[in-house]
Amino acid sequence: MFPTPIAKTSRTWQVTYQSLLPLALIMWLLPLLAVMWFSIKPASDFTIGNYWGWPSSFEGFANYYLVFAGSDMPRYLWNSVMITLPTVAGAVALSCMTGFALGVYRFKGNLLVFFMFVAGNFVPFQILMVPVRDMTVDMGLYDTRTGLVLFHIAFQTGFCTLFMRNFIRALPRELIEAARVEGVSEYQIFWYVVLPLMRPAIAALSVLIFTFIWNDYFWAIVLTQGPESQPVTAGITSFNAQYRAMYHLMSAGSLVAAIPPVAMFFLMQKHFIAGLTLGAVK
Amino acid sequence: MTVTALPDPAAAPRRRPRRFRQTSVAPILFLLPGLLFFAVYVIIPIFQSFQISFYDWNGLDRPDGTSTAVYVGMENYRYLWDDPDFWTSLWNNAKWLVLYLLAIPAGLFIALFLNQTVTGIRLYKSLFFFPFVISQVVVGLVFTWFYDPTFGLINEILGFFGAGPVNILGDRHIATYGIIAAGLWPQTAYCMILYLTGLNAVDPEQVEAGRLDGAKGLRMLWYVILPQLRPATFIAFVVTVIGALRSFDLISIMTDGGPGFYSTSVLAFYMWDVALSEFGFRMGYGSAIAVVLFMIMMVYIAYFLWKMWRDERGV
Repeated sequence: MFPTPIAKTSRTWQVTYQSLLPLALIMWLLPLLAVMWFSIKPASDFTIGNYWGWPSSFEGFANYYLVFAGSDMPRYLWNSVMITLPTVAGAVALSCMTGFALGVYRFKGNLLVFFMFVAGNFVPFQILMVPVRDMTVDMGLYDTRTGLVLFHIAFQTGFCTLFMRNFIRALPRELIEAARVEGVSEYQIFWYVVLPLMRPAIAALSVLIFTFIWNDYFWAIVLTQGPESQPVTAGITSFNAQYRAMYHLMSAGSLVAAIPPVAMFFLMQKHFIAGLTLGAVK
Repeated sequence: MTVTALPDPAAAPRRRPRRFRQTSVAPILFLLPGLLFFAVYVIIPIFQSFQISFYDWNGLDRPDGTSTAVYVGMENYRYLWDDPDFWTSLWNNAKWLVLYLLAIPAGLFIALFLNQTVTGIRLYKSLFFFPFVISQVVVGLVFTWFYDPTFGLINEILGFFGAGPVNILGDRHIATYGIIAAGLWPQTAYCMILYLTGLNAVDPEQVEAGRLDGAKGLRMLWYVILPQLRPATFIAFVVTVIGALRSFDLISIMTDGGPGFYSTSVLAFYMWDVALSEFGFRMGYGSAIAVVLFMIMMVYIAYFLWKMWRDERGV
């Protein structure tokens, strides 16, 4: 193990390390802790300039209540949910199939199609912006959640295919060969042999895509406009405009917008990291 | 050719067994939905953007449905060449690209710091990774307040040491660096998690062998550990470069391209602002900017694909 395990080092370094850990963490998260601190202060603290001192009263509950009751925030959150979940389902379903096709079959152009998915997943969004926006307008889907979902599914399929194909590649081929010898049809192989084995990959991808889509901002402002359809990342700017300079509310609002992916990460940590670090180990 | 030239399916002998036909049709059927979606929303629009970049277009159609676009040839690109805001954006892109790579050594440093087995270390790792999970919009807001000249915590800290307040985002010479620093926060967390996973897989026998040979500290890191971390470094490099070139959210949230005219803009932001700004839509010009950005990105994409292709051959 590298660096040397702490248990094998001198007593002084052990104590230093143990005290450095929390200190480093606080420094690392300082900007975020500052926002948390703001979100529990009352409005009066900001008007009298008591930014960092002890809060004159703890208004955490009232502030967060106002975020939900006094703005479009619940609506934005709901939009985010209704954009994110269908995208996750759609992209994962499509890429299970593309990944299966590219991972199991040998045919001409296999690698070409695969590389096309990989390359497409890395292109800058701006090269797609004008045509995609135009097409969404033409389909009558501009400023709708559906318009956003369709694009997200398509784009995420690139990354998901990369992921699924490599995952299926690593499965033992003998399983599929054996099924074929038994006379199982290709569709049944997909459904009964491969898909059950892909469960960890599906879990990992779902959490990752959830986070990516929830946090998307660019496409939200390109394809949607108002509280009817905008997700929370775009909505937070309208929220901040509504509560301009009311830092206790803006802080609370930002934290609320950030909670779902954070919760997802802590609940599904193992899958999340497995997905993110795919390929980081040979 | 006449109809009689077609083989009669009933008379022709079954050349291939059923199995064969299924394995050639199945991949097409499995690919089709995903490929269709991807082609319509990603592949074709790339070519359309190239095409639009040769037009002057405000994004509108005439009532009869025809486009108002006017073909102008290379005019957009010529205009780009003389556009100072374009060069500012490109220069800022270069700053992003170079400074963003600091996330890799920083991530390695934190990973080495956290690669221990003391109680609660799992929670520490998760909390260090935390910034990556938050949306860039929130990161942007958090850092905007962190930098605020009147109440920002950073000036509070500077004031403690007797240094005067600085208005990081209000000064066009340093604003970009302030935004990059904010971007480094989640990106370092990402690199850290890549390295933590990599360190987990480092061969303990090689480390022991290195120790016996007297390798310690930095020498051990350089000669024994880093070579084994190469896959993690490669992924970290790719995602960091792509992330740097994609930077948009933070700029839009923290400075909206300002202060002044596009002093913190990058190509991704400039393109968006040109094509969809409140001063009128310039889709053709925007597409030309997007094409330039795409070409820069293509260098890295090609490198990544080449690497992948080599690995595929190796298998």
